[in-house]
Amino acid sequence: MAATKAAIRRRFAGKFLFALCGLALACVLARELAIGVSPVRAEDAPASAAPTEATAPGAPAAPASKDGAEAAPPPNKDALVVPMLIAREMRDEPLPISLLDLPPADLGVAGAKLATADNNTTGRFMNQQFTLEEVDEHDPGKLVEDVVKKVDAGAHFILADMAPATLLKLADAVRGKDALIINYGAPDDRLREEDCRANVLHSAPARSMLADALTQYLIWKKWNRWLLVLGPGDNDKLFADAIRRSAKRFGGKIVEERPFVYETGASRRSDGGYEQIQQQIPTFTQSAPEYDVLIVADEANVFGDYFPYRTWDARPVAGTAGLVAASWHPAIELWGGTQFQNRFKRLSDRYLRPEDYNAWLAVRMIGEAASRTKSNNFKELATYLKSPQFEVAGFKGVGLSVRDWNGQVRQPIPVVTPKLLVSVSPQPGFLHQTSELDTLGIDKPETKCKAYTQ
Amino acid sequence: MRFKFGFTPLLGVLAAVAAPTPSALAYTAFVTNEKDNSVSVIDTEKMEVTKTFKVGQRPRGVILSNDAKWLIVCTSDENLIQVYDTKTYELVKTLPSGPDPELLTLHPSGNPLYVANEDDNLVTVIDINSGKVVTDIPVGVEPEGMGMSPDGKVLVNTSETTNMAHFIDTETKKTFDNVLVDARPRVAMFNNAATQLWVSSEVGGTVTVINPKDRKIIGKVNFEIPGITRQAIQPVGVRITKDDKLAFVALGPANRVAVVDTATLQVIKYLLVGQRVWQLAFTPDYKYLLTTNGASNDVSFIDVAALKVVKSVRVGRYPWGVVVAPF
Repeated sequence: MAATKAAIRRRFAGKFLFALCGLALACVLARELAIGVSPVRAEDAPASAAPTEATAPGAPAAPASKDGAEAAPPPNKDALVVPMLIAREMRDEPLPISLLDLPPADLGVAGAKLATADNNTTGRFMNQQFTLEEVDEHDPGKLVEDVVKKVDAGAHFILADMAPATLLKLADAVRGKDALIINYGAPDDRLREEDCRANVLHSAPARSMLADALTQYLIWKKWNRWLLVLGPGDNDKLFADAIRRSAKRFGGKIVEERPFVYETGASRRSDGGYEQIQQQIPTFTQSAPEYDVLIVADEANVFGDYFPYRTWDARPVAGTAGLVAASWHPAIELWGGTQFQNRFKRLSDRYLRPEDYNAWLAVRMIGEAASRTKSNNFKELATYLKSPQFEVAGFKGVGLSVRDWNGQVRQPIPVVTPKLLVSVSPQPGFLHQTSELDTLGIDKPETKCKAYTQ
Repeated sequence: MRFKFGFTPLLGVLAAVAAPTPSALAYTAFVTNEKDNSVSVIDTEKMEVTKTFKVGQRPRGVILSNDAKWLIVCTSDENLIQVYDTKTYELVKTLPSGPDPELLTLHPSGNPLYVANEDDNLVTVIDINSGKVVTDIPVGVEPEGMGMSPDGKVLVNTSETTNMAHFIDTETKKTFDNVLVDARPRVAMFNNAATQLWVSSEVGGTVTVINPKDRKIIGKVNFEIPGITRQAIQPVGVRITKDDKLAFVALGPANRVAVVDTATLQVIKYLLVGQRVWQLAFTPDYKYLLTTNGASNDVSFIDVAALKVVKSVRVGRYPWGVVVAPF
């Protein structure tokens, strides 16, 4: 599972995906055009406060549905428009080792589109209309520039999937403007802590939340002794930091840390290849102190999936492979999740990934604020989103709200294996004076974020 | 779980004390067991399961035809509605529905049937005699709750992701008003005088009470239970007594049914039942209220006059819906 990754690898994956499912993609594109949630590229028409017929999402009640849905009344011409922008920094990163994990080209965007359609179904009754523009860009400087232009042209809500440094540049560039960023991509704690910004909310769970969700389950299971295997990547180090922090909080013990070195830039597959891995992983995990679980820190998924069933001792694997914590899982059917999964699959012809969930949630947050305030006024919506009244349902059994100290959405976090949900954290017995959801991640008394208190 | 088991013997004693008098009418309750693909039949006088019969995959919402000859069951994973004979428990026929039917209601005249079609954002209107779809009515995202006004003129549907109560004119089959309520509305219930419409919000943790005449919100019911987090309070099933004075609200994983004064909208009592209590049904004489306790596989009997839980009856796995027949 590409659970904890902020990064997208569309440049590498693009060709592959087109070759793999070109036909399916074409179908999806055709369908999207048919329902009118048409992607507008950065170089295309500028964001317009009053959308034309062509960009207006008409009758988005149920794409690919029965006749009845098509008969749904179209949005009024005088509907209040809420313009949104989804901005992605296209980064070049190594591909994950499993064919199942290759990122689809519309990762995240597909979730945002579903939520836009959901918002517009509600919008029909509220006389509101939501529009979504896409900006994909490799060059961080150009990306920031493009987004600022769109903001100046009237796009107030920016859904961002970018490297932390780019996100901070963007947040500072739109400071003082009528713009709110919702980070759906980056799990980096520093964006919520020392580098937090008052104009950024986070629908993506922080890395510390994911680590706490996973380790609460391990502690509940009384698997307290962990062998930590770290990759060389910067994000692997951050993941390991989060696990160490969780160990301290919940009483886990890291019995040993073993750095795993691999050749960067190697091809992700070759004919055969398993023979060597079958030898290498047992040897690597030999002579470890007594431990209960091997925790692997490999956010790029370039080696972690080699560990399950290959360790020297018969031990389960968790972390970024094996048992992982993620904001969503494509097999979740709890809390009305089945309908949600079905809608997504109809729209996108694939399973819903955590990145799609995070983007869906970000767009639903905006929709929820618009229907509760009955407004499309930026300041009203932005104020409401940060207020204690704000709450949104996200197929997690409880209402999701925003932490008032750093803009992070508090949420239950599934703990999953590749095929099924295992549990949902917070776990029983992890108590908190205000919300048990705040046992996941950095809590108010510990926060280093100042932007929200000033 | 442990807490509940601790109370079971005590409940047994209570049941013995409050055992129905011989003159009390016996009714038949039907409980859908979501996980067992079965329906448990309960004799409400003996408070015992007398029969369990197999139905289609994932049975949830359940109602009776007006003459009580048919038991109409949403079999969600078969994407259709099954009709069973209430005496022989044999399958009479199936009715079409969209994917994943969950809750349904009948027009007071006995026909047509209205089904919330969650996957398609539609309320489907079905003629139960011909088995044909009459029409579809577009509503918000994930339609669920279905409340029918006593005069049959207004159908209220709730949409779980749009968070609205949609008011539908049953003549024109069009929505004529939409009221925003708290997150994830599940059940809509008119009182008998049609002066109040109760809408439960599972995630919002409240019940919104609406005046059906002008669609203005009269007030909200809030719940607070010491030792139970706000998140565990998830209102779903709602039933109102015959005199309209009390409302019962099932609170899901809070494992309690709240008793609410309909005049003040204040909770007067919380009744501890089984785990994850979702749907409710009165016996036809309003003497008992039955609750489906999904996570503990049982049905609780609440004595309505005494406001006490008098018995819990073990049924199949994950009981979901309940309806009581007048025989």
